[in-house]
Amino acid sequence: MDIEAIAQRYSIPAVPLTGGAPACVAQVAAQDWQRIAQLVCAEGGRLISLWGADRQSLGERNVISVVYCIAEGLMWLRLALGAEEKHPDLSMVFPAAARMQRALFDLLGVTTDNAEDARPWINHGKWPKDYFPLQQRYSGQEQFNTHLENYAFVQVGGEGVHEIAVGPIHAGIIEPGHFRFSVVGEKVLRLEQRLGYTHKGIDKLFVGRSIADGVKLACRVSGDSTVAYAWAYCAAAEGIGECQIPPRAEWLRALLLERERIANHLGDLGALGNDAGLAIGLSQFTRLKEDWVRLNQQLFGHRFLMDIVVPGGVTRDLDDAQLDSLAIQCEKMEMEARALRAIYDGHAGLQDRFITAGRVLPKLAAQLGLCGLAGRASGQTWDARVDQRYRPYDQLEVNMATHLNGDVAARVTVRFDEIFESLRLLRQIMRQIPSGPVIAPLAMAPQNGLGVGWVEGWRGAIMVAVETNNEGAILRCHCHDPSWQNWPVLQHAIMGNIVPDFPLINKSFNLSYAGHDL
Amino acid sequence: MWQILRQIARSGLPTEAPPKATDDWYTERERIQSEILDILGQALCIRVVDAGSCNACELEIHALNNPYYNIEGLGIKIVASPRHADLLLVTGPVTKNMEEALKLAYDAVPDPKLVVAIGECACTGGVFGESYASCGRVSNVIPVDITVPGCPPPPIDILSGILSAVSTRSRGKGR
Repeated sequence: MDIEAIAQRYSIPAVPLTGGAPACVAQVAAQDWQRIAQLVCAEGGRLISLWGADRQSLGERNVISVVYCIAEGLMWLRLALGAEEKHPDLSMVFPAAARMQRALFDLLGVTTDNAEDARPWINHGKWPKDYFPLQQRYSGQEQFNTHLENYAFVQVGGEGVHEIAVGPIHAGIIEPGHFRFSVVGEKVLRLEQRLGYTHKGIDKLFVGRSIADGVKLACRVSGDSTVAYAWAYCAAAEGIGECQIPPRAEWLRALLLERERIANHLGDLGALGNDAGLAIGLSQFTRLKEDWVRLNQQLFGHRFLMDIVVPGGVTRDLDDAQLDSLAIQCEKMEMEARALRAIYDGHAGLQDRFITAGRVLPKLAAQLGLCGLAGRASGQTWDARVDQRYRPYDQLEVNMATHLNGDVAARVTVRFDEIFESLRLLRQIMRQIPSGPVIAPLAMAPQNGLGVGWVEGWRGAIMVAVETNNEGAILRCHCHDPSWQNWPVLQHAIMGNIVPDFPLINKSFNLSYAGHDL
Repeated sequence: MWQILRQIARSGLPTEAPPKATDDWYTERERIQSEILDILGQALCIRVVDAGSCNACELEIHALNNPYYNIEGLGIKIVASPRHADLLLVTGPVTKNMEEALKLAYDAVPDPKLVVAIGECACTGGVFGESYASCGRVSNVIPVDITVPGCPPPPIDILSGILSAVSTRSRGKGR
């Protein structure tokens, strides 16, 4: 990473961070906050995440952080705020910042200056308005008797407009969230989401834990992405501790991550077929997924590979016979998935539902910061495995799957392409995996450290940032899910479509509630 | 169409030639089906409520619908409304933000109702426990008949838990 170039271009005192992906950190002043955002935006960079920490125990104050992805890698900017000091708004440059700033207020009590939307986001009224769990004076164990509050949804006026309220409990086996549709007849004029229902205080639970202990929580941020979260957390932790993990562990992590990607894509492709009325798609793909996760159970002791990636490496190794059984399964999967793709591609009724549904054109996708799988289906060519080239992906040459149409059909196509690419990567990993140990001892984390991990999960890139306190325990651990960027775009994707297509369009994004609400 | 027919013919019924581990399950499956019919004399309708889980438990409940477990073939159906349900499957620690919705769903299930708590968090609060944001285990919020531990519990354990709840209730009625 060319630190000099970054420092010069943005006029900031950037220093490099060790860890997984190339990253740097810099303290900045309030007057630079918006200036740098505009510069990043003008250069085609992206906002990844925004959060805050109370650092009073280190003799500091509230520090808010923002991470951008720029050409060289991740750029983490930190802004120290005085008591009661507001921070400048970034949502005018990066719209995705709006909800992050609202969550920042709900959790830390730091106010955005002149924010257009200052409604609460995570706080639904079950704790007082002046209670901010991330402030160090609170333990997080406080109990309150306050009640849920009504949320000021934006009203849509006009003749024949009515509202459909859905959730938080949805029909089916889905996570909780509330969707408010404003419709005329069947046509959706506007969708507004209200999230935060699965907020269980994960940010606060991280505080005070040891680095080794924190991974258990990271694995349970979003169960469908447990490998990606664990890896991102470990990369951050290992960066702070300057722990070099054995090469074999890096390759095994990639193997686990690609298996997680395939498992989720299989599930989604089945559900997408089903939502468009092709029941055989669901039964065939769920059969394949079951075969897939059963081998996970057999080889790794967990169907979804939870608790296998830990700071220092991985807890399980594979012998040659086990690698062979994985290779055989990959061969079989390739054949099966190709047969099903031919059915999906050739089915007129299915394609009729897929094509043009829930369209997000590349221009809008770029403006709103659509990322991950959904972003790649709308021409946003970002994939951390390709553009960050963290180990071992620097030796794997990932071919990024992209599409320009931005509709349900494009998101289906990208999923199919990614399955075949992941199968290719798995075969390459199994051929080239280096021998040696799979775990290295993790030294005590240094005091007052900073680390960031960045891993391309199946849904998109997951970032975990860790700050340690003066005992080397976790002062703040912030987990960022790509759903933060993509939920607001879903509100645009449904506009002009009909209500019965919403389940299909929603599924084609398949965003995480748990990963967003924390 | 011929492609679909060929695919159906080629994949056959997965339960007909199961791997070793599935042999036990096959007989288990027959037993469960007859027990459900004995106990209820009808199908069992389930409403799933995610009260704050990490979504791993949801993946395993979804798996119950795959052709290996095929719960609809056993007469168990996941329904959209709690008013149509005999049993609530609840996952996650109950977040403060979901507490009221869960209570409303519970009240909407007609009597006699059953509740099965799925997963470590629903049983004990799990890694999330109780806090300003979490009520902890499901039984802190609504009465629970059966708890199924595991993080997440495999589909077969979830199915056993459902059946245990049904048979416990029928014993309670003196049958």
